[in-house]
Amino acid sequence: MPDAITELNGDIRNKLVAGGTNINDLLKYFITKADKLVDINPIKDFNSIFRLENGGVRLGALHTNADTAYDPIIEECYPLLSKAILAGASAQIRNMATNGGNLLQRTRCYYFYDINTPCNKRDPGSGCSAINGYNRIHAILGQSESCIAVFPSDMCVALAALDAVVNIDGPEGERTLPFADFHRIPGDTPHIDNNLTYGEIISGIDIPKKGFEKNYSYLKLRDRSSYSFALVSVATALDIEDSTIKEARIALGGVAHKPWRVIEAEDFLKEKQPSRENFAIAADIILEGAKGYKHNSFKIELAKRAIIRNCIMALNPETQRPGAKPSL
Amino acid sequence: MTKSEVIGKPISRLEGPLKVTGQARYAGEYEASDLLYGYVVNSTVTKGKIAVIDTTDAKMLDGVVEIFTHENRPSTAWFDIQYADMDAPPGTVFKPLKDNEIKFNGQPIALVVAETFEMARYAATKIKLAYIEEEFETDVESNLHKARDPKKGLASMLKPPPPKPKGDFEEAYRNSHVQSSGEFKHGTEHHNPMEMFASTVIYEGSKKLKIYDKTQGTINSQLYVANVFGLKMKNVQVISPFVGGAFGSGLRPQYQLFMAVMASLALKRNVRVTLDRAQMFTFGHRPPTIQYTKFGADENGKVNALYHKAVAETSQFEDYVEMVVNWSNMLYPAENTLFESKLVPLDVYSPLDMRAPGGSTGMHAIEITMDELAYKLNIDPLEFRLINYSDIDKSSEKEYSSKELRECYLRGAEKFGWSKRNPEPASMKRGNKLVGFGMATGIWDANRLFARVEAKISIDGKATLKSAVTDIGTGTLTVMSQIASDELGMDLEDITFSYADSAMPFAPIQGGSFTTATVGTAVQTACIALKKKIVKKAASLKDSFVSNAPFEDIIFRNGFLISKQSPEYKISIKEILEKLSLEEIKTTNMAMPNPLTQGKKAKAVHSAVFVEVEVDEELGVIEVKRALTSVAAGKIINPKTAESQILGGMIWGISKALHEETITDHRFGKYINPNLAEYHIPVHADINDLSVIFVEEQDEFVNDLGIKGVGEIGIVGMPPAIANAVYHATGKRINDLPIHFDKLL
Amino acid sequence: MNNRNEHSVSLNVNGRHYQLDIQPWVSLLDVLREHLHFTGTKKGCDHGQCGACTVLVNGKRILSCLTLGVMKDGAQITTIEGISNGENLHPVQKAFIEHDAFQCGYCTPGQICSAVGMLGENKAQTREEVQELMSGNLCRCGANKGIIDAVMAVKEGGYNE
Repeated sequence: MPDAITELNGDIRNKLVAGGTNINDLLKYFITKADKLVDINPIKDFNSIFRLENGGVRLGALHTNADTAYDPIIEECYPLLSKAILAGASAQIRNMATNGGNLLQRTRCYYFYDINTPCNKRDPGSGCSAINGYNRIHAILGQSESCIAVFPSDMCVALAALDAVVNIDGPEGERTLPFADFHRIPGDTPHIDNNLTYGEIISGIDIPKKGFEKNYSYLKLRDRSSYSFALVSVATALDIEDSTIKEARIALGGVAHKPWRVIEAEDFLKEKQPSRENFAIAADIILEGAKGYKHNSFKIELAKRAIIRNCIMALNPETQRPGAKPSL
Repeated sequence: MTKSEVIGKPISRLEGPLKVTGQARYAGEYEASDLLYGYVVNSTVTKGKIAVIDTTDAKMLDGVVEIFTHENRPSTAWFDIQYADMDAPPGTVFKPLKDNEIKFNGQPIALVVAETFEMARYAATKIKLAYIEEEFETDVESNLHKARDPKKGLASMLKPPPPKPKGDFEEAYRNSHVQSSGEFKHGTEHHNPMEMFASTVIYEGSKKLKIYDKTQGTINSQLYVANVFGLKMKNVQVISPFVGGAFGSGLRPQYQLFMAVMASLALKRNVRVTLDRAQMFTFGHRPPTIQYTKFGADENGKVNALYHKAVAETSQFEDYVEMVVNWSNMLYPAENTLFESKLVPLDVYSPLDMRAPGGSTGMHAIEITMDELAYKLNIDPLEFRLINYSDIDKSSEKEYSSKELRECYLRGAEKFGWSKRNPEPASMKRGNKLVGFGMATGIWDANRLFARVEAKISIDGKATLKSAVTDIGTGTLTVMSQIASDELGMDLEDITFSYADSAMPFAPIQGGSFTTATVGTAVQTACIALKKKIVKKAASLKDSFVSNAPFEDIIFRNGFLISKQSPEYKISIKEILEKLSLEEIKTTNMAMPNPLTQGKKAKAVHSAVFVEVEVDEELGVIEVKRALTSVAAGKIINPKTAESQILGGMIWGISKALHEETITDHRFGKYINPNLAEYHIPVHADINDLSVIFVEEQDEFVNDLGIKGVGEIGIVGMPPAIANAVYHATGKRINDLPIHFDKLL
Repeated sequence: MNNRNEHSVSLNVNGRHYQLDIQPWVSLLDVLREHLHFTGTKKGCDHGQCGACTVLVNGKRILSCLTLGVMKDGAQITTIEGISNGENLHPVQKAFIEHDAFQCGYCTPGQICSAVGMLGENKAQTREEVQELMSGNLCRCGANKGIIDAVMAVKEGGYNE
């Protein structure tokens, strides 16, 4: 167990800082408070990328987003991850932000950021201002009456699609969590973003061998071309043999409290032709049960169309544009 | 003017080296001994009263020096008198910390002064506040029934009310061959210059201050401070050589200035107050406005009926107005018109002029309605503008002093390739992308006010000009130096233009696209006066060829006075000064428009804007692929900085059309995206192929230099051109701004 | 740590060594601006939303508002004041002047530091890629075209040191 955890002293008023790009922002807005910050950057074990024996790769928690995106292994074997990372934030922020921190970033809900409005995520029990407020950027899947905030990461959408595993270290020892189980849906405890318990630390993220480097695409739709959060984003990874889909992965960002995957849709695509019609059926399956609000109902249709487009883009990954803008 | 050497040349900004090396200092960057930092506390409620403001705990914190609230603020006479700054609308100027009344969300209610910025910010969170909240209204749309006529005041001079009705609009509209009408909603926008408002106040002894302020008018801030705090004008010096953008937000003294001066005088210390980005949303904005248009045209495509109404937000304490509906009849000579401009007072801070106030709002509605009419008439939108072309401002029945708009249309269309446009909506495609061409017209006033300039020539052969005017990124320093250089026949390197200091001769606030015409003309006037003075001095010398020559026959070149008839006769200015044992010759002069003649013609700048958009057919995503603006704005002093002004305006237009909006949650009466992450302005990835054409106008009527001004015209035509291009691409008319791409799904 | 909660930190800024005592909550941006008076580094939002505070830390462009001074102990920092080689402007600085890549000048130091960092990364080849990788720097004056023109001109070798 790293010394950093010991330094936290089991006191919830103490916090860890790595890249600092989110926590320093939150501290300055007085959204997060900390009596003590423990800088974990000196943990050298967490700052690397290396091949695993099983053919997969481990992303050190303290490796920066930029170094990860531009790492030759990632660019070559996991281009979907590279593209998703490069669609997030800005070059400067990617140079600072770490992989572990990316998983732990907090929502960008307007009301979460305004300490003078009710927000169950920031101030449990105070109510949700977004549900009857301006909710253009909010969730359509997996939300609750307590919280309709979305998780803002791009990188995690790709990690979800790639079936990553989160390595966790802590006072009780090491453990792993499949990516799908790492982030939570809000339920009636939206103040808890993920299943990390206090005192635990992400040491790295493992990605299995299969990188879908032949057919992949990341698409991000937003209110300006770059340096803004997704209204809807899609990571698609396809394994195609003889014009037949052998395996499909589709994850959505910007629509839920966590990267959103629906296994039924991926199963449906198995052994099917990679056609617009089949992608459209998969999109319908993924968006089944989606619920919009006054200002974000458009996201349901937009997400369906984005899925279809991105699956088609994945057939020709070289058509992808900087900033994960739509192409073709 | 003797000969044009540098006027018209694309001179790089003279302050460029300072700006690219980080040496340019802005208001919040001046060092001062034992500087104290102020942090403003803002109301978290929208309307009501402060019941309790308890600063006890906050004051105990190590490093906190004082906390000012309405309960302990120093008393000044100002709280009881009427005082208005140069840009104050009719009403009562908001006075921070006056009493416990809350008039708008984000109202400044306290100032924490501490030894460090971080401690001031932290202590602000430790102030205990209790409010008695009252019902409030912040939504224009749900309060349209409260719309009323604006009060008139000083501001009406530059912003006249709508022209009176002409003919019989209703009748003409009813009988029009084709009709088009629309409703247009614009939300709130904030200026958001990159530099946040700051004032550094240097305490120079009892009742004497030097202030580095972020402002568009050094003398405006000086007047404000002197009046509010009862100081002598000469004891208040306001300096602002570098202003990190303003776009209208610096036209009025903002509350950080009041706070910093108050604290400095009370504590007898140097004080700096810098606002944070959220606070940049608490002092003035482009008002949300709802517009209605009804235009009619006859079978030949002549517009014969124009109706335009605007209902805009204002505060409960000032009647801020914009010229929204005055423009259509200035462009299109219809005989039957009806224009209305109304205000809805709400529980918000007063709106404030923001780049092309009124014009960028009104022209959006006008040019979309015109586009719609063109479609109904089955006439090309450009052809339709030409059919309705006029050299007369029909709203005032005055001839334009110059108007090369026709040439703007033609040259712009040619360069853009307008003829390649298939008029059918949704007919042009590129892969998955629908392609749309749209065009629109832009217009803005060519105003001029009065200013004074000091001109001086020294024995070293260098000339210095002085004006209190600021340079907010417009290129004023460079342009004024160019004017002086040509007028004095001296190299640019020998000219120093000193500016942005209230101790210098008077210049009005920098805005409204009138600065170059106003101060430039004053520079010219002062330079001519200086030359005359030099000639007069030279004439007093014995055996001087100057003594017999009329002023017009003497050429000033490279520091010499040269006889026009016999160039072999010349004398250097240095020699004149030496012979007369003078160190320098100096003059201060005022230039103002002739009130008897200026009103005889209409004066405006014009533009023709052409835009190509791509709209993703399936996803709605909009990209402005190309935009071209051709501008007729009189004489262009510096094509490089002028082009940048137009390009900046065009990007503002892209932002207004597609990106920026301040979102109000009317349940709380507050803005919910007061930051640059969620208040979207375009990033580099949004800005593609932009170009500018200047169609020069010879206009000796507007002023002797023929200058009209380019600060606003770049934005005016862009939002409608983009909206029209989106319509052409998709067949969908989106009248509300910004156009969110999901509206095209 | 002393009784004012100050930590002793060593920073190398623009080739010069500074030893200073700073409180842990002071951002690197405020250390540079308020403690060391490198006011060329700008504060446009203080929250990582504008890019005006971009500096190079150990050669990489970062946002100085989102990191703390105490976290950069021992780091090599280059601010806009250290971009030029003495009186000799950096090619990016020259190109910015020539292409009128600024108006008010407030975002300029961040744009230039970002451009220098980006050229060092060498990940942007096309204009569209440059636009994308410079998008972390906002410009409210709308000098975007000049900025990208200037960076492209440097990339294409039009400016030498």
